[in-house]
Amino acid sequence: MIAFFRRRHGGLVIVALILALLPLFFQNAYHYDLAIRIAINAVIVLGLNLLIGFAGQISLGHAGFLGIGAYASAILPSHYGWPPLLAMMAGATCAALLAALVARPIFRLKGHYLAMATLGLGVILAIAFKNEASLTGGPDGMAVVPLSLFGYELSGEKKWYALMAVLLLFSLWASTNLIDSPFGRALRALHGSEVAAQVAGVHIVRYKVAIFVLSAVFASLMGSLTAHYVGFVTPNVADFLHSIELVTMVVVGGMASVYGSLVGAALLTALPQALARFEGWETVAFGAILMLFMIFLPRGIVPTLAARFEKGKE
Amino acid sequence: MAALLEVDALSIQFGGVKAVQDVSFSVPAGAIYAVIGPNGAGKTTLFNLITGLYTPTSGEIRLEGQAIQGKPPHELARLGMARTFQNLQICLNMTALENVMVGAHLRLDRNLIKAALRWPALSRRERELRQEAAECMAYAGLEDFLEARADAMPYGALKRLEIARALAAKPRLLFLDEPAAGLNPKETQEVAELVRKIATHGVTVVLIEHDMKMVMSLADRILVLDYGKKLAEGSAAEVRANPDVIAAYLGAHA
Amino acid sequence: MLAQFLQFLFSGITVGATYALAALGFTLIYNASQVINFAQGEFIMLGGMLTVFFLASGLPLPFAVILAIVLPAIVGLLIEKFAIEPAKGAETVSLIIITIGAALVIRGLIQVWLGKGTHALPPFSGNEPIHVLGATLLPQSLWVLGVSALVMVALWFFFNRTLFGKAMLATSYNRLAADLVGIDTKHVLTVSFALSGALGALGGILIAPITFTSYDVGIMLGLKGFVAAVVGGLGNGLGAVVGGLLVGIIEALAAGYLSSAYKDAVPFLLILLILFFMPRGLFGAKVTERV
Ligand SMILES: Nc1ncnc2c1ncn2[C@@H]1O[C@H](COP(=O)(O)OP(=O)(O)OP(=O)(O)O)[C@@H](O)[C@H]1O
Ligand SMILES: [Mg+2]
Repeated sequence: MIAFFRRRHGGLVIVALILALLPLFFQNAYHYDLAIRIAINAVIVLGLNLLIGFAGQISLGHAGFLGIGAYASAILPSHYGWPPLLAMMAGATCAALLAALVARPIFRLKGHYLAMATLGLGVILAIAFKNEASLTGGPDGMAVVPLSLFGYELSGEKKWYALMAVLLLFSLWASTNLIDSPFGRALRALHGSEVAAQVAGVHIVRYKVAIFVLSAVFASLMGSLTAHYVGFVTPNVADFLHSIELVTMVVVGGMASVYGSLVGAALLTALPQALARFEGWETVAFGAILMLFMIFLPRGIVPTLAARFEKGKE
Repeated sequence: MAALLEVDALSIQFGGVKAVQDVSFSVPAGAIYAVIGPNGAGKTTLFNLITGLYTPTSGEIRLEGQAIQGKPPHELARLGMARTFQNLQICLNMTALENVMVGAHLRLDRNLIKAALRWPALSRRERELRQEAAECMAYAGLEDFLEARADAMPYGALKRLEIARALAAKPRLLFLDEPAAGLNPKETQEVAELVRKIATHGVTVVLIEHDMKMVMSLADRILVLDYGKKLAEGSAAEVRANPDVIAAYLGAHA
Repeated sequence: MLAQFLQFLFSGITVGATYALAALGFTLIYNASQVINFAQGEFIMLGGMLTVFFLASGLPLPFAVILAIVLPAIVGLLIEKFAIEPAKGAETVSLIIITIGAALVIRGLIQVWLGKGTHALPPFSGNEPIHVLGATLLPQSLWVLGVSALVMVALWFFFNRTLFGKAMLATSYNRLAADLVGIDTKHVLTVSFALSGALGALGGILIAPITFTSYDVGIMLGLKGFVAAVVGGLGNGLGAVVGGLLVGIIEALAAGYLSSAYKDAVPFLLILLILFFMPRGLFGAKVTERV
């Protein structure tokens, strides 16, 4: 089983099987809805994990990029009649440019400054979405047209589920490839030792910028899809707390673990639903989970389990 | 022999500490060049300056006549410099083999998109690289650790891993910062042989080492630093006979 | 013209003093442990909210204030003991995440306990504005400025004139060396957290009559305090104070002259600019990272 998992794409096959079989167990639209939102979050978290877990750089403002995608998909089609796909691309480009613009100077800095700068960026974006009411509808948000691709309208849980399942599998595959490539090794190396990476010829700032931009694009695209899927967007997508939620998913599932991203997204997307009855305790639970994991299970669920299995085998 | 590396009046100051002061020397191509001196003499700082991790306050560094001071490390790597670290800079989040593969970074296609899409040419190169990296490890005497995770390796092996990683870059000029520190006499002897082997393959080696026996047996030339300043420079015999060196350094040990 | 400018300046200096206190809290902890405590803002919130609660439950103001300073100090101490210490040696990213977790727990508990409402604290000494060159100054502003100044002087005295303060400074310069000369560096860390809890809370109490308070003010105030600390040069006490005032003033001027809607964005724009153009802040020293 583990050997199978460890063969490069064994895990991918298992996830594909699960995704294919899951609908057999779904009893209602709510189940589909949960699965779709887990898949969306999983893709975002994959991108974020490349940045945090693999490259060792933090972003506390990733929801801002989500917001860029969401609002691009909300505003451009309804105000200017753009086709959704083009709007989505525009959002992603915008997120990429913004990420590149701030990343260059920021990634010369370390840890805290990076946390602060990304956080600041997220806060500014959230404020902008709230204040530019004529475009964004202000704090009340705005409606988003349904997603249509080349004249074919995507509606209903089943179609969305299929789309997200495919996207998720693709992202898992691409991330796995990336990690095991010269590019991915350079990222992991600069996490392990910046000086060692540098003397080996890695232009560390360029790599940090690249992975930051890539994860921003992941987030923006998923922001667009979320907006279309939900049919509505409010400034809350870009909220600081949402950024923290995403980081929590990375941490819980497992830093530097592709499949951990999936597990983290699944658990923490389902959790608020479970906690919804306990108004307010949600925040406490999130905070407690973050602290407990960082202190007692700093590697996260999947890597810890994997290590345990490995030991058991010996 | 032509000088591969020339250092001219190099200095750096941290706050009030003049860690390297007005140091000049040149390393002939193909030589094993040793830098010695007591703790805190500025040896590592000198390496950090030459490999671009620190920017000198003044002075010049030339590689084959081209001024290179102030260039960032990743550019210097491109010019054929590689180094190891005294205080191990191993990526513990990776396997031993992957660490060595990082050393070959500049010789690979580093395209992000091709990597994500698993471009066939890239995968093929990757398989070759694994083979190459394994050979580098074997060359450095690490054949038992081909499958090991870096964080599970003993200290002595990590010291060699540093060397294997540097060799994977196929450097012209290799800086070794105390490769035998903390090793037992047998291991030290093995590392000395490894250094000699590397040099016979045409790599110019600059070596910092406290083990005098090793230095005297290996080095073509020796630079002695003390309090950041050059105390002496010359062949092993010259340095050994130098009264300043005997007084300030060897004297303390004899 | 002048009156309006003065008006903005007054309000800027007043909130700026709060930011300065928060920034000092960041600085204390950063110097003792190289940790950025993202829960600093929650101390500010705790100060305001606890005072409101204790007043409402019938305690006289001075007692309410003292309790609202002591409790957050204890919270700070607990965070250090049970969250920071066990994670010793963790990466920066992990430590940041831990303190964010602590912040969420505090915030969530207050939300559950005291609700989501917004509260105003009565001013400490009347509401009769003082007129200065056509601008008005609230008596509460004088309280904020006066008490903040006193605290800063006291801190200066503590660090430069008392043995324990000097020990704390020594620890921040070189932890290992401090350990070697017999300073109990663990103790220093605990005290730093407690002290910054108290400082944050004090700022929160002083400002609550002017800006109102609720369970969720901590994030913004804390972040701005951090911006102030970075503007001044992370780790520098004087820098923290100057940074705090500067951030407050710039924010107030921008809100007044440019756009009040983007008031909260101003400090973050400022920090991005500072990080881009002078990453060591106003008073930070140049260091070459050791390799
Ligand atoms: N980044 C830095 N900032 C401040 N001082 C430094 C820095 N790097 C080195 N120094 C100082 O420079 C001096 C020389 O240190 P260096 O590490 O070069 O000595 P060394 O000769 O390598 O000693 P050892 O044999 O112990 O390795 C020391 O006083 C050290 O404290
Ligand atoms: Mg040294």
